[in-house]
Amino acid sequence: MNSNGCARDMIDEENARFEGITSRHKDSKGGLIPILHEVQELYGYLPDSAFVRISKTCNIPLSEIYGVATFYSFFSLKPKGKYEISVCMGTACYVKGAGRILDRIREELDIDVGDCTEDGKFSLSACRCLGACGLAPVIKVNEQVHGRLALADVSEVLNQYE
Amino acid sequence: MLNLVIDGKKIVAPENTTILQAATENNIPIPTLCHLDGIHDSHSCRICVVEVEGARTLMASCATEISEGMIVKTASESVIEARKTIIEFLLASGKHDCMTCEKSGNCQLQDLAYELGVQRPSHYIERSAEPVDISEMIIRDNDKCILCRKCLTACNEMVVNQVLGLGYRGGKTAIVCDNGKPMGESTCVQCGECVQVCPVGALTERKAVGKGRTWELEKVRTTCPYCGVGCQLDLHVKGEEIVKVTGVPDGAPNMGRLCVKGRFGYDFIYSDERLTTPLIKENGAFREASWEEALDLVASRFKEIIQEHGPDAVAGISCARSINEDSYNMQKLFRSVFKTNNIDHCARSCHAPTVAGLMTSFGTGGMTNSFSEFSKAKLFFCIGTNMTEAHPVASTFVKNAVRNGAKLIVVDPRRHSLADHADIFAQIKVGSDVAFLNGIMHVLISEEKYDKAFVAEHCMNFEEIKTMVAAYPPERASEISGVSVKTIHEIADLMWDIRPSMLAYTLGITEHTCGKNNVMSVANLQMILGNLGKEYAGVNPLRGQNNVQGACDMGALPNVYNGYQKVDDPAAGAKFERHWGVERLSKRIGIMVPHMLDGLVDKKIRALYIFGENIANTEPDIRHVEHCLESAEFLVCQDIFPTETTRFADVVLPAAAWSEDEGTFTNAERRVSLVRKVKTPPGISKPNWMIFKEIAARFGHEWNSKSGREIWDNEISAFSPSFAGLKYHRIQKDGIQWPCPSEDHPGTKILHMNGKFTHAHEKGVLMPLEWTPPAEVPDAEYPFVLSTGRRLYHYHTRTQTGRCQGLNNLLPEETADISVADAERLHIEDGEMIMVKSRRGEVKVKAKVSDRIPPGMVWMAFHFRENCANWLTNQAFDPETLTAEFKACAANVCKM
Repeated sequence: MNSNGCARDMIDEENARFEGITSRHKDSKGGLIPILHEVQELYGYLPDSAFVRISKTCNIPLSEIYGVATFYSFFSLKPKGKYEISVCMGTACYVKGAGRILDRIREELDIDVGDCTEDGKFSLSACRCLGACGLAPVIKVNEQVHGRLALADVSEVLNQYE
Repeated sequence: MLNLVIDGKKIVAPENTTILQAATENNIPIPTLCHLDGIHDSHSCRICVVEVEGARTLMASCATEISEGMIVKTASESVIEARKTIIEFLLASGKHDCMTCEKSGNCQLQDLAYELGVQRPSHYIERSAEPVDISEMIIRDNDKCILCRKCLTACNEMVVNQVLGLGYRGGKTAIVCDNGKPMGESTCVQCGECVQVCPVGALTERKAVGKGRTWELEKVRTTCPYCGVGCQLDLHVKGEEIVKVTGVPDGAPNMGRLCVKGRFGYDFIYSDERLTTPLIKENGAFREASWEEALDLVASRFKEIIQEHGPDAVAGISCARSINEDSYNMQKLFRSVFKTNNIDHCARSCHAPTVAGLMTSFGTGGMTNSFSEFSKAKLFFCIGTNMTEAHPVASTFVKNAVRNGAKLIVVDPRRHSLADHADIFAQIKVGSDVAFLNGIMHVLISEEKYDKAFVAEHCMNFEEIKTMVAAYPPERASEISGVSVKTIHEIADLMWDIRPSMLAYTLGITEHTCGKNNVMSVANLQMILGNLGKEYAGVNPLRGQNNVQGACDMGALPNVYNGYQKVDDPAAGAKFERHWGVERLSKRIGIMVPHMLDGLVDKKIRALYIFGENIANTEPDIRHVEHCLESAEFLVCQDIFPTETTRFADVVLPAAAWSEDEGTFTNAERRVSLVRKVKTPPGISKPNWMIFKEIAARFGHEWNSKSGREIWDNEISAFSPSFAGLKYHRIQKDGIQWPCPSEDHPGTKILHMNGKFTHAHEKGVLMPLEWTPPAEVPDAEYPFVLSTGRRLYHYHTRTQTGRCQGLNNLLPEETADISVADAERLHIEDGEMIMVKSRRGEVKVKAKVSDRIPPGMVWMAFHFRENCANWLTNQAFDPETLTAEFKACAANVCKM
């Protein structure tokens, strides 16, 4: 009972925030991008249901919203994990074996690039140079950087996160 | 005007013209893959580049306006080089495999590659490989897409369905449906406008696959067999088979646009279920018969009954889906041979109040203005018209008007999808129209916001109507209609501020016990605003069936001959006696459909002849209708399919269908357009007009006309002043709108021009009208209002659409649409089977929970037999026109 009530409260709060976002921007020209921005902040990504709701409340065709959301790499249509792993694919990291690191993480977590583990813990992306070439190969978990990573270290690093 | 030179040719063209337009106007061809004339805004393909003297680079001719003294070369060496490079890139990106492509032979990319001599390049630019997306009617192959964006323009700007978009970026850019859904799962309604504009094979008609190569197909222009818009179709025919259908480019009224039924609903004529031979019922079962036997039987039974009980003991129901010439011959048979005016048709169930109401108000019972004005209107007032589903192509022009800056007022009990485009949506209570409209007129008149000059010069009864609407202050109108006082004021103000406005309505106005009053009420509103007899104005009823205007025009009505010449006018009678070479035509006005049915029970009617109507499903209270049909002493059905109605027939006559005979349809805007023949009728079935002629012959009447053309040119047109100038040779392309009194007359786009109404006194008649509630209103036992109508994917009782591949899958079953609030209150889930009951009966049907339905309403259609709304609807009629109140009865909704 309690946990149900709690979940409901959360949904109600989310709905209220969602409505706040759309009503704040819907009448301003070019309001779609800030809406998508804030909705992504709210859910961590842009779920299908959000497209439909934005379309209805703001009277913008779904395809237009989708076009904008898929044009900018900032927007994600898939959920992000509690911990977002970014594997640097910049030149230095690449020659130091970032590809193999990435493969190992994919195996360990059993997900592909762009996906999220079923328990919602980790999501995985490959990114451009993080600017820490001296530490290559580098991965970033949320804001924490792990450098000079060997294949054997991958399990240990992941295990640090609960 | 500006002077320029294109390819050495001196040209004068108006300012703000693009190079492409100027060249095309002057027969200088410039290729383009993305240009859509009139609405184009994409400039994406760059094939149209030209060399402009003095310009730094080649210029896209579709995006560059001409200037004084400009010198343009459209085919210089550098232009050709650039075009070749573009074509090479297009061919390199994507899988342009012409061998099995349906577009081969009519593909602009293929044509340009051929013209420019571009070989398929050896390199291949990788694109995100997407599977071919197959929806019910349309195949989408993004690997063949050249991203010209014509489909986007078609979807978003022409038909304004707003499904297609451009997704992703860079090399991954692709056309997407909604939020990246397969087309069949998206909100796409499958109108196929995108298919029609696609220059390559990225969008093709699924039903046409493998049916024939482009060069094997012959194009035949005809008129659509569905709603009253009367769209012009090009049938692409191989032998006797229609392979696909496209809209006639720039053809009036649809300007190339079609809806899902018009484009994909053609194959019912090839159904195995067609009637192919006459049938005679013996001992309760049908057996096949020859024409001789069947027609002899029909003639002898009609003769016996007429001899014994008089001519008014027989009656006929004509068909609003068949050609004018058929309805003409049927009424001629009843009037000149049987000597009765007992002839009617399904306008009784839809727009009879329009004909009678507008006849009273204006003197002519038709749409006053034209579809061609829709997109340029400044303000639209749409009441009781779910246009996007019932008249889809007409709705695209309304949506275009809105995109062009027009304001839109939608008044309807349901928040149907046209309301999504509206500036003001008034969710009116079912059956409160007169009170609501009186309320608006109250505001207009009391605030002196009415066209005083128009009313004084062109209208009668202003003082009467002023007194009447004085009794409907907005507060009272609001209480009756459920529309807020504020909204009533807003509507009145908008209608005063923006004039003229076009008013459109459909059956939400007519199918009430006060149907005729509703019609005259919208006429009142437009008259006091002076919105008549001019462009972008008028009262515009959208007729339901393809030829219901025509069936009325042809005199398939109990009170008029063809051309609305009254049967009780001795002069008209004498005229038709002379034309038809007969004596003693009946001056007695005939009876209407509901009385014909009741007459079968009380034996006032002994023989009924039903042509092309499935009245066992279409009339209110099916149980009652079937009881009437069962009671018939002799029933003839003439149809193209066995239907729920033919079960009751003694004789069934098989008829030629649409595309199996040549004739004419008249659309809602009074435009008479040709219907052409592309195949022979199945079995020994015959054209309808010929069957009537052969029955007449059995009564000793020899009719001369031997084709649709002869019937029209030598009889209908010759005997009707309003069609006198309308001859087949004049309507080989676009049809002509009546009245057309002489062969040098262009036809009439707008009725009552300059306020000159067609009444003898030339005035419009303002009719003071009191609001009356529906005959049956909700109560404790039946707390819901049941309202009915049509859905996009089906037509009438599905005799046609039910036999078209794909349409049934798009809408496989009926639903009862209820509001979210009622569903929550009654714990009904979307898709759950529920029971809908009225005092007439009950049906089991799937619930569709919709936020477009107001609480307290249940909405259903009459397309499916099992859960047809007409098991529930009420036999309450408009007292004068006997149109049933399909839009309102009391019902209840229960969980099973």
